[in-house]
Amino acid sequence: MSVLVYTESEQGTYKKVAFEVASYARAIADQLGTSVTAISINAEDPSLLGTYGVTRVLNVKDSKLDTFNAKSYAHVINQAAAEEGSKIVIVSSSADSKYLAPLLAIELKAGYASNVVALPTNLSPFTVKRTAFTNKAFNETSISTSIKLVGLSNNSFGIKEQATEAEVVNYAPSIPDNGVHVESVDKVTDKVTIADADIVVSGGRGLKGPENWGLIEDLAEVLGAATACSKPVSDLGWRPHGEHVGQTGKPVAANLYIAVGISGAIQHLAGINASKVKLVINTDPEAPFFKAADYGVVGDAFEVVPALIEKLKAFKAQNA
Amino acid sequence: MKILVCISHVPDTTSKINFSEGDTKFDTSGVQYIINPNDEYGLTRAIWFKEKQGATVDVVNVGGPETEPTLRKALALGADSAIRVNTPALDGYAVAEQLANVFKNGDYDLVIAGRESIDYNGGMVPGMLAGLTNANFINTCISLDIDGTNVKAIREIDGGKETVNTSLPLVIGAQKGLVEESDLRIPNMRGIMMARKKPLTIVDPIEASTETVTVKFEKPKPKGAVTLVSPDNLDELVNLLHTEAKVI
Ligand SMILES: Cc1cc2nc3c(=O)[nH]c(=O)nc-3n(C[C@H](O)[C@H](O)[C@H](O)COP(=O)(O)OP(=O)(O)OC[C@H]3O[C@@H](n4cnc5c(N)ncnc54)[C@H](O)[C@@H]3O)c2cc1C
Repeated sequence: MSVLVYTESEQGTYKKVAFEVASYARAIADQLGTSVTAISINAEDPSLLGTYGVTRVLNVKDSKLDTFNAKSYAHVINQAAAEEGSKIVIVSSSADSKYLAPLLAIELKAGYASNVVALPTNLSPFTVKRTAFTNKAFNETSISTSIKLVGLSNNSFGIKEQATEAEVVNYAPSIPDNGVHVESVDKVTDKVTIADADIVVSGGRGLKGPENWGLIEDLAEVLGAATACSKPVSDLGWRPHGEHVGQTGKPVAANLYIAVGISGAIQHLAGINASKVKLVINTDPEAPFFKAADYGVVGDAFEVVPALIEKLKAFKAQNA
Repeated sequence: MKILVCISHVPDTTSKINFSEGDTKFDTSGVQYIINPNDEYGLTRAIWFKEKQGATVDVVNVGGPETEPTLRKALALGADSAIRVNTPALDGYAVAEQLANVFKNGDYDLVIAGRESIDYNGGMVPGMLAGLTNANFINTCISLDIDGTNVKAIREIDGGKETVNTSLPLVIGAQKGLVEESDLRIPNMRGIMMARKKPLTIVDPIEASTETVTVKFEKPKPKGAVTLVSPDNLDELVNLLHTEAKVI
């Protein structure tokens, strides 16, 4: 009855969230006095999961699973859970995991708690803390079904190494035909995505136009950060929809969120409140964002950002 | 084509969030309710199908009588009829079960739900509904074209988008991008008058189980004041980010 964790990979390489959910699964298994089995799909080096406390890996290699498909993946994870007799199944909050989790919940007949931010506060009844009201509050939810499905919020638990010898076994589940077929994928591959990023640099209408986005990109580049924007910026077509963060956009749970020329409207804050440290650069000392920020610079982005980039470059050179 | 649009009745985005009864209940006093924004994108697309390709659009909510003004608003925006399943929305699974029943009984081709509601943000209902009814499912849908029973859609993925093909019957999780922001409508007088005459049917719930219970709510701890750094002293900012915040 080990804890089962789904460790996502992309083109053979584990995503950062895979190590986070594995670390979390290990910590729950420790609370319960049990082991961790990972289900790994088309990843190149499954033994790597041992670094994060996984004791057994069900290693699936099948070209039918080369492109992500929610229904097939849910079906595979469901079979793995049955195989292992797992009562607790953990997934991440990536777009893919959020897609497959409700389908998996139905197959597992499991109660599903999404956006979970911490270890269970109680094991019986199984109770977890989740974000609600778009990060304006938390709710503690208990799950009453015998199998529990937990969706861990990204960056909420962190990656914890715990060297273990992972036994890797080949696993060949049945893969039914599924109704949704991928025609093409259009992905910016050389950039850090908002979901994976430790640091997110975000620009608002204060940047005046798309021609000024070089500032945001340069700042992101020195920090190894992802870029994002406020809603009007994507509505105006200055930046793609996928970069808009907030209540109606992407959630950001980064370690550092830098907001440049963003007023800090409640709908924007709702989506980024889960970030740990917030730095705000804005000309207007009355901008509401300063109330939500940890660090602030009252100043013109067109002067502050280039200067900050220079300082960060010098810092990096010194600390290299 | 018969379209069902699931409408979640949620606190207005600017609402102050408070709790009562020892932090076990959401405090509704002074809260304005709206159509969940993700559902509104979906409803707008459904009305587009109705006007451009011919379709009927029903809206449905699982909830008490207090949600009827929200359903009336959806009617005023152009839906043909509304259904309210008369039971409180206790958890995502219970709601999905009620909706699955409406879906099966109504012979719908397409069900549009929002990717998530902005109150509990569970992101469960559309997928669970698809799972319970064995319909095809596309989440985070930002483009939807239908020709007969063939569907071509685009969904948002982390770091990009993906074009997929599928067929009806289908459930989608709608979100921003599915329609242009400028196509969202505000109910006009005529719409509001017509909405009064459109049917709003109250149906009894089926017996459904809940799988999760909210034990209590909690507000984030109040934050300390912002540390302001002068634009002339960005060395200090870098230093604070490194030594105090430990984020670089
Ligand atoms: C239902 C609903 C949902 C919404 N969802 C979202 C959402 O998900 N995400 C979101 O972001 N918004 C959302 N909004 C919109 C939100 O209310 C705000 O309108 C939006 O966040 C404001 O974006 P902004 O700060 O970029 O622009 P503005 O409000 O125009 O603010 C620009 C800021 O830039 C500053 N500035 C100007 N020039 C400079 C300069 N040279 N240097 C530095 N600073 C400068 C200004 O002082 C100002 O504070 C939503 C609204 C509604 C009604």
